[in-house]
Amino acid sequence: MSMPPVALEVRNITKRFPGVIANDGINFTLRRGEIHALLGENGAGKSTLMNIIYGLYSPDEGEILIGGPDGELKPVEIRDPHDAIRLGIGMVHQHFMLVPVFTVAENIILGDEVTRGPSLDMATARKKIKQLAYEYGLDVDPDALVEELPVGVQQRVEIIKALYRNARILVLDEPTAVLTPQEVEDLFKVIENLTERGVSIIFITHKLKEVLAIADQITVMRRGRVVGTTTPAETSEQELASMMVGREVILQVEKGPAKPGEVVLDVKDLYVAGERGIEAVRGVSFQIRAGEILGIAGVQGNGQTELVEALTGLRPFVKGEVRLNNQLVPPDDPRALFELGLSHIPEDRHKYGLVLPFPIADNEVLNTYYKPPFSQGIQRQGNAILEHARRLIKLFDVRAPSPLVPAANLSGGNQQKVIVARELSRDVRLLIANQPTRGLDVGSIEYIHRKMVEMRDQGIAVLLVSAELDEILALADRIAVMYHGQIVAVMDARDADREELGLLMAGSGTVEVPVSTPQAV
Amino acid sequence: MTDQQQRVSAGRSGLSLVVAVWRAISVPVAAVLLAMLIGAVILAISGAPPLQAYGALFRGAFGSTNAIARTLEKATPLIFSGLAVAFAFKAGLFNIGAQGQLLMGALTAAVIGFAVTGLPAVIHIPLALLGGAVAAALFAMIPGALRAFTGAHEVIVTIMMNYVAINITDWLADGPLKDTSGSNIVARTPQILDTARIPTIGSVPLGFVIALITAVVIWWLLNYTTIGFEIRTVGLNPYAARYAGMRVAFTIVMTMAISGFLAGMGGAVETQGVVGRYQPGFNTGIGFDGITIALLGRTHPFGVIPASILVGAMDAGSNQMQFSAGVAKEITDVIQALILFFVAADMIVRWIIRARTTEAAGPALTTGWGQK
Amino acid sequence: MQGILQLEKTSVLYRYRNLFIYGTLLIVAVLASYISNPVITTAVLASAVRQATPIVLGALCGMICERSGVINIGIEGQMLLSAFTGFLANVYLDNLFLAVLVAVLTGALLGLLLAFMSVTLKIDQIIGGTVINILALGLTGYFYISGLTTSGKLQPIRLGPLADIPLIGPIFFSNPPITYAAIILVFLSHYVLFHTRWGLRTRAVGEHPRAADTVGIDVYKIRYANVIIAGAVVGLAGAFLTLESVGSFERAMTNGRGFVALAVMIFGQWTPFGAWGAALLFGFAMALQTQLQFTGQFNIPHQFIGMLPYVLTIIVLAGFVGRSRPPAAEGVPYEKE
Repeated sequence: MSMPPVALEVRNITKRFPGVIANDGINFTLRRGEIHALLGENGAGKSTLMNIIYGLYSPDEGEILIGGPDGELKPVEIRDPHDAIRLGIGMVHQHFMLVPVFTVAENIILGDEVTRGPSLDMATARKKIKQLAYEYGLDVDPDALVEELPVGVQQRVEIIKALYRNARILVLDEPTAVLTPQEVEDLFKVIENLTERGVSIIFITHKLKEVLAIADQITVMRRGRVVGTTTPAETSEQELASMMVGREVILQVEKGPAKPGEVVLDVKDLYVAGERGIEAVRGVSFQIRAGEILGIAGVQGNGQTELVEALTGLRPFVKGEVRLNNQLVPPDDPRALFELGLSHIPEDRHKYGLVLPFPIADNEVLNTYYKPPFSQGIQRQGNAILEHARRLIKLFDVRAPSPLVPAANLSGGNQQKVIVARELSRDVRLLIANQPTRGLDVGSIEYIHRKMVEMRDQGIAVLLVSAELDEILALADRIAVMYHGQIVAVMDARDADREELGLLMAGSGTVEVPVSTPQAV
Repeated sequence: MTDQQQRVSAGRSGLSLVVAVWRAISVPVAAVLLAMLIGAVILAISGAPPLQAYGALFRGAFGSTNAIARTLEKATPLIFSGLAVAFAFKAGLFNIGAQGQLLMGALTAAVIGFAVTGLPAVIHIPLALLGGAVAAALFAMIPGALRAFTGAHEVIVTIMMNYVAINITDWLADGPLKDTSGSNIVARTPQILDTARIPTIGSVPLGFVIALITAVVIWWLLNYTTIGFEIRTVGLNPYAARYAGMRVAFTIVMTMAISGFLAGMGGAVETQGVVGRYQPGFNTGIGFDGITIALLGRTHPFGVIPASILVGAMDAGSNQMQFSAGVAKEITDVIQALILFFVAADMIVRWIIRARTTEAAGPALTTGWGQK
Repeated sequence: MQGILQLEKTSVLYRYRNLFIYGTLLIVAVLASYISNPVITTAVLASAVRQATPIVLGALCGMICERSGVINIGIEGQMLLSAFTGFLANVYLDNLFLAVLVAVLTGALLGLLLAFMSVTLKIDQIIGGTVINILALGLTGYFYISGLTTSGKLQPIRLGPLADIPLIGPIFFSNPPITYAAIILVFLSHYVLFHTRWGLRTRAVGEHPRAADTVGIDVYKIRYANVIIAGAVVGLAGAFLTLESVGSFERAMTNGRGFVALAVMIFGQWTPFGAWGAALLFGFAMALQTQLQFTGQFNIPHQFIGMLPYVLTIIVLAGFVGRSRPPAAEGVPYEKE
């Protein structure tokens, strides 16, 4: 069986940024009609390489070759996205490059508009889009506003955007990060459809299971270098994981059985309004006991963010009751909640968790600065603050030369450790962790997982909200699934089944409970 | 640490202090020099001999004890309005209403100065000062509250409030509070009593000393207190502030109140120390001076002082420049605009060069409209 | 979630129902006033349209800048300096047309400066706008010579029989050229912004510049072009002040109009027609102010009447800005990675 011709080849690509070599002598070959997975953890250099191929960066060394229709490889220069598009390369970014207030059609034609005289010719654009959608099996409404579309549909828009420009090589950057397991399956079908029509796909991801499920070829990157190329038949999850990280990886968290105590958090019939007045949380009830981890699974955008905001005093709730340690909780007052024993690891560490220009020391007292020993009256006690920070840096293994270093200078993992240190060094009763390991390297992920189990074993109640189903399955004692603002199922983790959870996350397999009846746990 | 280590590190910290100060002032100094250079070009184009003009400017500002006293006098309200603007900057707020707040403070101080009788100076002076400052603080809390609770950007609201302040003070000075003594027809309040006047010690206006003390207090407040910590946090990251339990809206209103308080003190000091009454038009320019000074002083309370002396010198000397070199005094406005440009532009250039080091970013001023 | 979407897609009548209700009330009020006193009503409304002209031009300037992602608070300074240079050009060249051109050019040049500061130097845009304001105050103050006279100002052009219609004629069809130009620009900018390629790209750059960048659009070039064009528009406003309205120059004569224009832009939700409506409202407030001072009715001190436009601006901002949606990426300098 002859190999399909080469569509794209990358030779010896090197790209340096101040202080780091993002790509170091990369060699990579993509054949026509093949699905080639590019695997690596955060910071491995995958996105840099793709940005070079798409013309957003220019390489310091090396060359790129494109295979012509006759199969001949020709070196090309890609100075900007225009060049890349002209060569038939299309990119679907991890964070969508769609203008939210534009329609689907406007987004697709942007930069490549059809005009009649001076005016935009939206009629012709609509026709062409509908035709492409039909041809490739991607259902979209050209006049829908992008911001009102579910994420899975937005992704389809991005794909059509590339096909509209006659892309023959499609780069998908972490496409499944925001999809339910069902949407992932739909995406895989679309990808197979594309490859049958001769489109070549580069699939960037850090998810091992997906890679083994769909890829024809797998290239693993680590620290800017290609570590190896293989196929699903020749490798395993364990082997891929160690290639990604460079050592033996423990894929499971070591965890004894839970010993739940009394109820720490009691949520009854909670209703929370989201952006623009739409109800985001609709009649949610659950309890968490001391010494157990409750994991809330669900695709982002089903109300988890608003639920956490309501429980941490960042968003008022319109109806319902929340009790912490049997005390009724005032809405809208984070400080009162901290005093009652709440700790919160926020979803967005840069936006909520840290003040980046502040030194580590100030960040470590962000919620306690007003109390002794960190202040007497309104006068701050600098020495006490520094001492505290030094202790935490040591205890939590934060890689920083001194507590005076601004948080902005730390790596993502260390920044998260600063936050975890702060949140776990108070008198904690309830820990709410929202996407605690997003965007972190494997080492930091392992550390934080271990710490959370430690906390649980010390009798702290933990609420874990995560979009990564694997994380929930690894850590949680009980699992709740959130869909469309409601909890559609609660189960013991030992009884949890991946497929069933996926279905629940996508909203099927349950009857939508009328919101007036509280769901007792 | 051993004794020797301690001495070495103290020595090193002495040197690093010098280096730090140099780094801080090199940009503004360069900006001033560049601006004066371009100013000289403009002067030359319009037919005025630059050296002669600058010479007159310098003489008018520093040429005699009288001139120095005048410079310090001019600098005093500038220190207050510079502190007001710099303080608001720390919370990410752009208080362009320092001018209007200053007017309200000045008028209130004048009223307390002439209407309240029978008090010894020791009580009357601080009373009028505080009265003016508090009035201005209340006036400034309006844009603060609007920003905190409706998201209305304080840039526009404070500028509008400036016009409101001008109208209110004009009306009061020409109406109910008008000086009806003698044959006066000009719109102004009666003179304040002697017990409310701020004296001059030698050739140093006491008001200037009060301004210096205030700068120190503000510096302490910002860097050593919990209030200052809250204000700086809100300025650098209001989301994190909220997450950590700080009351952001309250902090914004309080910051504007303190900022207004400072501007009002400036107005009061001017009334009690220099003018002796409230007279409309005694202080022109719609409050942009404070912005130039705050930025020139790198929004640091101690940087505001030399910046104010510089602008005060230009103000004091410009009369002399107009008189002996025939140059219209507005050239100093142009130079100030240029200084502002170079300070802002320079900061950016240096920031780009130092992009990956430990230089801290400032609060985000421009966050668009409707951000709460 | 789907139920809520349905509401927004029904008939035009339903969607703009607020507009129809307030519009009808307005027309009724105007007619009632006209019947009771035709002369004053016509005079005030005609004055309202003219007073609105520099404001709507300023608001269009702000809108064009912000739609491409640049916040411009230097509108006041642009207007002032353009008024000044236009005036000087009229004095020394004795040609109204050339004078208008000079004013427009001045506005455009200041726009270039703002673009340079905001896009290339990436200076905080509020500081950049403030620089322009101080610069304009300084330059106009420094170079001001009192006692200059010109031969005249731009005169109203009556549009034939249309100008003879009672009430509507004098208000809309008997105006000097810049006032007409302002109305034309409202329609033109609406068309360009929402129906042309240029407008689509501009809006994309203001909402999500990185998305535009990844399809090969030059974010910097679009921002520069928009800010310069916007500067030309507000230069026209400056020309209006000295060449069409007052006929001479006075220090700081813009009197806060540039900032009122920003409130108008926000109130109008960054759309040309919205800005026009809001500008007419403010023009009306200003015309009313003049009328009240002139007739001396109600015995209110003139300073209080003078505060009217400024207080109105504050109320508008406080009431509307929280519920508005500015272009998502405005105020943030764009960094190509």
